[in-house]
Amino acid sequence: MAIRVLVGVKRAIDYAVKIQVKSDKSGVVTDGVKHSMNPFDEIAVEEAIRLKEKKVAQEVIAVSCGPQQCQETLRTALALGADRAVHVEVSGKDYEMLQPLAISKILAAVAKKENVDLILLGKLAIDDDSNQAGQMVAGLLSWPQAMFASKIEIKDKKAEVTREIDGGLETVRVTLPAVITADLRLNQPRFANLPSIQKAKKKPLTKMTPSELNVDIKPRQEYLTYEEPPKRKGGGKPLASVEELVGKLKQAGVL
Amino acid sequence: MHSRYILCRLISRTHTIRLSSTLVLAEQSDKGTLAPITLNTLTAAKQLNNDVHCIIIGQEKCSEAAAELQKFDTNIKKIFVAENALFKGLLPEVVTPFLLNLQKQNNYTHILSGASTYSKSVLPRLAALLDVQPITDVTKIIDSEKFTRNIYAGNAILTLKSNDKIKIMTIRGTAFEVAKPNNNNGAQIEKLSSFDNIKNDQSEFVSQELQKSERPELSAARIVISGGRALKSKENFKLLFDLADLFPGQAAVGASRAAVDAGYCPNDMQIGQTGKIVAPELYIAIGISGAIQHVAGMKDSKIIVAINKDGDCPIYQIADYSLVGDLFKIVPELTEQLKKK
Repeated sequence: MAIRVLVGVKRAIDYAVKIQVKSDKSGVVTDGVKHSMNPFDEIAVEEAIRLKEKKVAQEVIAVSCGPQQCQETLRTALALGADRAVHVEVSGKDYEMLQPLAISKILAAVAKKENVDLILLGKLAIDDDSNQAGQMVAGLLSWPQAMFASKIEIKDKKAEVTREIDGGLETVRVTLPAVITADLRLNQPRFANLPSIQKAKKKPLTKMTPSELNVDIKPRQEYLTYEEPPKRKGGGKPLASVEELVGKLKQAGVL
Repeated sequence: MHSRYILCRLISRTHTIRLSSTLVLAEQSDKGTLAPITLNTLTAAKQLNNDVHCIIIGQEKCSEAAAELQKFDTNIKKIFVAENALFKGLLPEVVTPFLLNLQKQNNYTHILSGASTYSKSVLPRLAALLDVQPITDVTKIIDSEKFTRNIYAGNAILTLKSNDKIKIMTIRGTAFEVAKPNNNNGAQIEKLSSFDNIKNDQSEFVSQELQKSERPELSAARIVISGGRALKSKENFKLLFDLADLFPGQAAVGASRAAVDAGYCPNDMQIGQTGKIVAPELYIAIGISGAIQHVAGMKDSKIIVAINKDGDCPIYQIADYSLVGDLFKIVPELTEQLKKK
């Protein structure tokens, strides 16, 4: 048994960047800001590659929705070991307003078109923090889902998945085709080396549009304002002693 | 003609207002007891000014949790109890079609649940089946269609307007007060018993391993004492547990991702963007540098105390009180002083 895996990757502002809200509250500054692959998606890609190395997967297809620059993210996935890539192009205002439901419909359509047995995604994207796409794709396809995976074992068209839940861990068994989302502790993603980055340039990358996939990407929500969170007034002079700290905390009434 | 048009509009408008109603997916923390986050969710539901229905789904002891739900000051009119062996492990493949049926019968305008791993698994799946764009981790309800939520690890606050007919959202527990008790909110309990058309051959629950602790749940604790990489070992976390034990039932111990990754503690103790979000009265960060992802999970705490060797680390930028020095000296000293008083 060898399965085909679709792995979703999102190009997001790098996790280490301190983001800035635009002064007119219309969004977050993205121009000239370092972007990279969403960290949870790196974990999803790594898991897909490991499935291939274990001969469980026969083919790994990376997919990304967004502007032209998403192709860099896809090339990264190819350099890490994905076999080929699909870029669903959405740009400009459409991309700014592209919401998880629309992305899920795109992913579901690509999954059907490519006839895959497993969709691997990150559990959330660190820009919009939605944590929805995996669950919604599973719903749209009527496939079972295993979210927040910290361990995946695939045998006989079934995946046994250990999930990180509030209060501990849980194990479920889902029948393929299925959707699994990766939590942080699923694996330690590898780095792409120079030869594989070179090789990735030659791997196939197909371009599609939402309309070719028959997907309506109209936003369901209007984004009214983006604001900075209220500032905390920390950063004062450190206290001199533990005694002083205890005194301050008592004064504040928390002890 | 014109006046008739206006009349029609008026009628249809009052009609929609009257028909607004909210469903709260309540959660059990232990069999027979409500999860604390459900009580925050009830407060959010009350702000919508609708009639509220609750549903408790589970394998057993749902009636006990339902009875608990009757004791809060809310708009709850009805509490559905759905108890069946089918719901073992609360698999989304079983819970979602069941909720879908309930939605089709009752046409709720809002469906809410606390932002737990359970509801985060179930509600987006339900939303997709209803062709609705859900809203994650709502921090404020402005009106029946405008909400705020945090994005970019809490570094920006987005205010959005949902144009979907049904608003499906998870509620950030720490952003809403716990519902106030009231002897009886008059809610009727209705046991549901028809599960015939729910079938699942796609998934099965295998096992669950929960971390047992005498201390309160992290996200509900009044005091959170949290350790980072500088604790150096699993054994050294005892320092934090000793400190927490001075406040029985009130203080919980958390950790940074670095401490979890180093194996000093289990990952359900992790606080941050990828772990739990807490907002206690007092947060003591010990040996934690204060990376953006950690700060996302605790910056709404009322008072933040930082104890660290490095006086330049970012945690000091948000701490109300800080001590710079060796945690292995400071923490035992703090414990001793608090013991005395």
